[in-house]
Amino acid sequence: MSLRPHLQAGEFVVTAEVGPPKGTNIEGCLHEAEFFRGRVHGVNVTDIQAAAMRVGSMVICHLLKDKGLEPVLQMVCRDRNRLALQSDLLSAWVLGIENVLCLTGDYPTLGDHPGAKPVFDLDSVSLLQAAKGLNEGHDMMGNALDGKPDLCLGAVVTPGGNPVEMQIIKLEKKVEAGAEFIQTQAIYDVEQFAAFMDKVKHIKVPILAGIVLLKSAGMARYMNQNVAGVFVPDALVQKMAEAGKADKEAKAAGQKADNQVKTSIEIAADLIGKLKPLCQGIHLMPLGWDAQVPPILDAAGL
Amino acid sequence: MTISEPKPLEEILESVADEKKLFLIGCTDCATVVQVGGEPQLLEWKKTLEENGHEVTGYLVGEPGCHVLELKRQLREHQAELDAADGVVVFSCGTGAQVAVQALPKKRVHPGTNTLFLGSVQRFGQFEQLCSACGDCIIDMTLGICPVTRCAKGLLNGPCGGTSAEGKCEVNVEVDCAWKLIYDQLLAAGAVDRLKKIMAVKNSRPHPGKRVLARGGTK
Repeated sequence: MSLRPHLQAGEFVVTAEVGPPKGTNIEGCLHEAEFFRGRVHGVNVTDIQAAAMRVGSMVICHLLKDKGLEPVLQMVCRDRNRLALQSDLLSAWVLGIENVLCLTGDYPTLGDHPGAKPVFDLDSVSLLQAAKGLNEGHDMMGNALDGKPDLCLGAVVTPGGNPVEMQIIKLEKKVEAGAEFIQTQAIYDVEQFAAFMDKVKHIKVPILAGIVLLKSAGMARYMNQNVAGVFVPDALVQKMAEAGKADKEAKAAGQKADNQVKTSIEIAADLIGKLKPLCQGIHLMPLGWDAQVPPILDAAGL
Repeated sequence: MTISEPKPLEEILESVADEKKLFLIGCTDCATVVQVGGEPQLLEWKKTLEENGHEVTGYLVGEPGCHVLELKRQLREHQAELDAADGVVVFSCGTGAQVAVQALPKKRVHPGTNTLFLGSVQRFGQFEQLCSACGDCIIDMTLGICPVTRCAKGLLNGPCGGTSAEGKCEVNVEVDCAWKLIYDQLLAAGAVDRLKKIMAVKNSRPHPGKRVLARGGTK
């Protein structure tokens, strides 16, 4: 079932993300998605994430759909012009994919083919407009379609963006353009998120708070320094550092080193508990730690 | 102004390996200001090429190097030097090199520079791209800052999520986020509401096939 009924019914919606592999061995990716079965309303599949060439989002979405999971096709503007984007939206619907998340996309120089030509013919707002037009039965030029999709359209926002007003104005445009749900960049700072939610209370579409699993203190510090709009508070960095130290000692003593995993689960579950009253859902980005999603949801009571 | 930089010496030497005698062309306009193809640079290249086994039969700083008829006329005054040359190297811009091809159809012409962008002169020796000649100017909406050129992704409806806390672009942290600049400008002018209007997608070919503009006297 599409995300739409859950969103419209005002349910607390849970989505989680998988990333297609670099290469044709897709079993691992499909296996990761199995951890989400029965626990989430939708499974996002990233679109050449971080501009590192890999298997496409649409084919993994199609395979997930065949397995009875509800895929959310992520679509970025980096690699395709308006002809290909619209064509892919129609193709997705033909394959039974009902949900699309529209994003700008990372710049090619940040990935593994830095010399690739960046397209960005459309931006996230005009991609939403184009998708909404297809839903209405016409392409961007107003030409009528022979059969139309009914895609449930999503968009993203960075609540920690600076200045946040600029992010909010763009968010308003995304909703005006047709976004029915919003998934956010990673949230670690609950107070900052609460302030953001207060500023967007006029926006009536469901907002799902993004949760990226912390894997180590190093990862947290890296994000603080290099990922715009993401801030991991010191207390969380410290927790992960202590867990990392305990893992090191356990390993040296030949014991099971799962302190970082346990702490990561604890942090995520705690965040979900605090974010739950503030918004209408969460979007989990486990970055390979997909097996930890069920214990996190258990701990969060979801 | 067309901003170019010299090609590496090795690349130029490889391209002229089979041509011992060379004639050099520069330009009095952009290439002189950018210091890639003014008279001092041509004299420097003459010396360098001669140190590397070539003979430079002569040189011309075109006035300007992108004017076909002017360049043809000026080159006629160097006919003997041109006749003696096996090849020509142009140290202006990509347009200058192709104008030289048009002016000297029987000569082998080599580019001596890489052309980077249309740029402003911020101060002596410092250039910045502000316009990408898209053919459909929208900077009235943004109070004079072009997002097509100055946002790495050319976004029309506001920033991506990659604006750093310092207002820099995640693609190049040395560069200001164009949308932060636009936002600040609009904020100062009390015109932030302008951002709220969804910008129509651009026609990437507003003048299909238009590579020629004929003005005045022609139909």
